[in-house]
Amino acid sequence: MQSERRNAALRPQKGERLVFDASPVLNERPLHYCPGCHHGIAHRLVAEVLHELQVADKAILVASVGCSTFTYDYFNVDSVESPHGRACAVATGVRRARPEAVVFTYQGDGDMTAIGAAESLHAANRGEKITAVLINNTVYGMTGGQMSPTTLLGQKTTTTQAGRTMGNDGGPIHFAEILAQLGGVAYSCRCALDSVKHVREAKKALRRAFDVQIAGLGFGFIELLAGCPTNWHLDPIAANKRISEAMIPVFPLGVFKDAGQEGGGARHA
Amino acid sequence: MKKERVLMKGNEAVAYGALDAGCLCYFGYPITPQNEIPEMLSALLPDAGGHFVQAESEVGAINMLIGAGACGVAAMVSSSSCGISLMQEGLSFMAGSHIPGVVVNMTRGGPGLGDISPSQGDYFQAVKGGGHGDHRNLVLAPSTVQECYDFMFRAFALAFTYANPVMILGDAVVGQIKEPARRIPPKGALSPGKLRLLSRGWRIEGFGARGKNGQPRLLKSVYLAEGALAERNRILIQKYADMRKEARCEIEDTDDAELVVVAFGSIGRIARSVIRELRAGGRRIGLFRPLTLYPFPDAALRELAPGRRFLVLEQNAGQMVEDVRLALEGRARVFWHGVMPGLFIGANELEAPILAAFGEN
Amino acid sequence: MSRIVFLEERCKGCRLCVEACPAHILRPSGRFNRQGYEMMEMSDGKCTGCASCAAMCPDVAIRVFRQGAA
Repeated sequence: MQSERRNAALRPQKGERLVFDASPVLNERPLHYCPGCHHGIAHRLVAEVLHELQVADKAILVASVGCSTFTYDYFNVDSVESPHGRACAVATGVRRARPEAVVFTYQGDGDMTAIGAAESLHAANRGEKITAVLINNTVYGMTGGQMSPTTLLGQKTTTTQAGRTMGNDGGPIHFAEILAQLGGVAYSCRCALDSVKHVREAKKALRRAFDVQIAGLGFGFIELLAGCPTNWHLDPIAANKRISEAMIPVFPLGVFKDAGQEGGGARHA
Repeated sequence: MKKERVLMKGNEAVAYGALDAGCLCYFGYPITPQNEIPEMLSALLPDAGGHFVQAESEVGAINMLIGAGACGVAAMVSSSSCGISLMQEGLSFMAGSHIPGVVVNMTRGGPGLGDISPSQGDYFQAVKGGGHGDHRNLVLAPSTVQECYDFMFRAFALAFTYANPVMILGDAVVGQIKEPARRIPPKGALSPGKLRLLSRGWRIEGFGARGKNGQPRLLKSVYLAEGALAERNRILIQKYADMRKEARCEIEDTDDAELVVVAFGSIGRIARSVIRELRAGGRRIGLFRPLTLYPFPDAALRELAPGRRFLVLEQNAGQMVEDVRLALEGRARVFWHGVMPGLFIGANELEAPILAAFGEN
Repeated sequence: MSRIVFLEERCKGCRLCVEACPAHILRPSGRFNRQGYEMMEMSDGKCTGCASCAAMCPDVAIRVFRQGAA
């Protein structure tokens, strides 16, 4: 960046070390997401993991539909777009065609758990050696905050204006727990992006979700509880509070399956 | 051994053709009357270093094709009518994203669940795009088991040349009929290595595969900025215009013909039988059989217009007849006779409509 | 003292960094970037270079420099 060259403050001074900077796997384009949206944190974590594993040059991103459609505008990796919900099926084709690549999807809750539930579930069940990143913010973000399968009971959205009810809409779907039941899944966990501690845990889990793919153990899955201040009609700080106070009690954090752990066998030839 | 004539089904010939043309990935979901294709490839592809995946649905299958095609690997799906309907979203994305792939439709009767017997009811769906937005598939129409084998080579070559989906439009007769065919690549067939070369400029593989200065690539169909989609679609329209030169047809006995029968696929071969009989009886009649349905061989058809009348025979409620009329631009009279789906007809059943077309004023 | 630098054109003024800073030394600056967002700034106080602000920044708009050897 030109401004960077002019601005000496952006370089380490005498006695200083640069301890935090953007991963080179992310390009310099400013993100288009709303203020306080957690997509940016998730992008950063994925980029850092790809960089640390030194696999960006053989990574293939399968993008989804929603706010995250434009994920590929920010990652310096080869990418392909997929129709709404179909990312795990597209990733299956990529994986079979390019066995040496590191393949990952990046999807929202509407994309992955509603319209793409079948494709996601079956790619997981086949033990496709891919990593799927699910951003769960309990709404369809891009289309304007409609109810998604992960919307909390009582949550008001533009299509549940009096709040989601069990009688009419069913309850929030627990994708990490569901996938953990499948033989092909090597790793399934849920993390949150609402606090420094949780973000750091998420990074470690994300690394594991890629590790199991690279080790050939099977399907790696991580669900990230994320904020959507715009469609929740909350400021970013209040949105973060909602994650810890309202979402985590419904969507418990943790590792639901790890093939590397005792008894977590999902090993596939 | 490959050079010998072997008795096989059209579906089996499709599977062998795919394998010999260099197909490395098959994705599909069971549906009659095309099940021999996935069944055979499930056994053959892994031995050839390829992949067979039985998908959770046709939606899954076509999206797997998107992934493999985007990687520049020769890949295919096969299905029949209802299953092909489920694939239309993916076909539109492939066309919009410049992603190649081969789709085989062994058409069955419709609408709805219809039946499992022959039909040409998916003509419109195949040649008019089928999915949303302005898009086109290249469409090849085999009528024999040998053509089922041969056309697979052309299908992969066209898919990679244009980075576009290619459809083989057969039907229950073409897929299930058993007759001798040879497993010899047709003249001009591209080797699998040549196919791979065709994808060098656009396939995704991880940018490291393109050397030290490899830049990330993106295959996509979304263009939101004002004017961006217009620009993109102009490129697509130019591609469809370039495809016009791929139109092919088979013309038989038209030199002296007063009446030209236009028919494709299984009806095309049945029509040929009856035409030969009628010619033996002194009738001046010929056959025009499109081998590509998109692009439609309209220029070749138009050349035949002066002094002739045309009869379109097809097993549907009147679909290709529209393209025949468009091609002839009102320069000749066009008659039409439809065979209902689900009927296995003999040559004798086409005789009456042909004679009627001779007599009609 | 360690320090952070805001990549000002990336900042969207969401204030998640302000909330995350254990030393409470970040605050709105009263200045706006080209996107129209109010940018954050470091006030007086001791930055430890813990990078909590950067960890929470959804726009990768913070660079952290830590004082001292590795």
